[in-house]
Amino acid sequence: MSEVALVSINGSWCAVEPHTSIAAAILRAGVVGFRRSINGDLRGPLCGMGICFECRVRVNGLQHVKSCQIECESGMEIETDE
Amino acid sequence: MSSAAWDVVIVGGGPAGIAAAVRAREASCAVLLLDDNPGLGGQIWRGVEHKGAGREAREWYQRLRSAGVTVMRGFRVLHRPEPNTLLAESRCSVREIRFSRLILCTGARERFLPFPGWTLPNVIGAGGLQALAKSGFSVNGKSVIVCGTGPLLLPVAAYLRRRGAIVRLIAEQISRSSMVRFAARLGTRPGKLLQALRLMSELQSVPYCFDSWPILAKGEHCLQSVVLKKGDRTVELECDFLACGFHLVPNTELAVLLGCELRDGIVRVDQWQHTSIPNVFCAGEASGIGGVDLSLIEGQVAGLAATRQWRKAERLFAKRERNRRFAAMLEKTFALREELRNVPRAETVVCRCEDVSLSQIANFRNWREAKLYARCGMGPCQGRVCGPATRFLFGWNFESVRPPIFAAQLKNIASPESATAERDLFQGAKQ
Repeated sequence: MSEVALVSINGSWCAVEPHTSIAAAILRAGVVGFRRSINGDLRGPLCGMGICFECRVRVNGLQHVKSCQIECESGMEIETDE
Repeated sequence: MSSAAWDVVIVGGGPAGIAAAVRAREASCAVLLLDDNPGLGGQIWRGVEHKGAGREAREWYQRLRSAGVTVMRGFRVLHRPEPNTLLAESRCSVREIRFSRLILCTGARERFLPFPGWTLPNVIGAGGLQALAKSGFSVNGKSVIVCGTGPLLLPVAAYLRRRGAIVRLIAEQISRSSMVRFAARLGTRPGKLLQALRLMSELQSVPYCFDSWPILAKGEHCLQSVVLKKGDRTVELECDFLACGFHLVPNTELAVLLGCELRDGIVRVDQWQHTSIPNVFCAGEASGIGGVDLSLIEGQVAGLAATRQWRKAERLFAKRERNRRFAAMLEKTFALREELRNVPRAETVVCRCEDVSLSQIANFRNWREAKLYARCGMGPCQGRVCGPATRFLFGWNFESVRPPIFAAQLKNIASPESATAERDLFQGAKQ
């Protein structure tokens, strides 16, 4: 993937540079709450390297995608709990 | 889905894994390098495949490309279904990988210490914020407080500043006198001293405080301000991000799964980087935190030893020893102080995956009880965050491991041989 990707984050489409992770794209869009914890608190990325699982979001309807280790691809529809 | 056996399989494509692969190929055998990220480089060399890392990283990467190493990106090892076989999954597929020799270069992760408010969005690892910045997040104009301990705080702060972040403060938990003693010892390491001086010069406008650590992160839906202990005082500072770096913890899960012995939480290796399990080697941070220079040396020794190139490996021993001594000095200088154990309060979340608070586990005797009775460590991270935290807080040993060592798709574990058609996870779900 070496071209700009068009992705939708909570319904808003935006263009991201090549090799942008889904997590980075979400933060760029000003969204800070990725998922809700068991007690309902908003959480965002913690480790940035795929071990904490706090950055999980829905991509194309699929739950529990670790957004920090997947690069954006055009057409992805990304939804967070925020 | 079955495959021929590789002569050498290397798990982890950071500096150690890349160096191991390059040197192993000098023996003209079949070498496979696996990494769970979309691109090679691990943490410190993140982005090397698209010009994102420094000169040394790019040079090693070029050597890797010229050496004829097979690379599988985006693959995570789940378990060992049979001797000399690994099961690895990616977003689209699952593979059984057979090897004659295995080199584990699984690296390290950050240690996170719980404190009140640490679960707010934008309280993040120091390496984590840098990783996100390298993966496309712009920190331009964002205010950041960097806290924690050790030399890694400086390059992180410098990197963020170069990308336009406003680094308001660096809060180091050791005392000024500890730092002065360390600085005196740096005199014997001119290369490291020069590195340190360059960074300090770059960061001269950023306040650097000793005896300092976060005691409370405040905010409604995300971080708005941080209360820091700063020597004898307490200050509250507004910021967009709090980047916390309290040392690194080796990623030993795969080694433990394979039966490798640990010593003090790191994979025990001999002079050839050979573990206690025949044909399994380990190099880099997983066999002892020591930074990129040591990882490069150990990776090379492992790659050479795994392919019986003993003489070449021996030539690296002296340099490795010097680097290990330096790493030991760093560890001693920046040891975490007792007071940090008293920072979390009763209601502070310790296990983030399962929302288990300190008071819910403080009376258990060990990790196993905390898991069974309070679910601490039973969530998706499998104790990778709360394990090291509870070891620091209570002295618990968290190293039991069962497959799969990463949360995996059920079909890949249940019947991998029937996972025939490759199907991108994301396309299939949208129906």
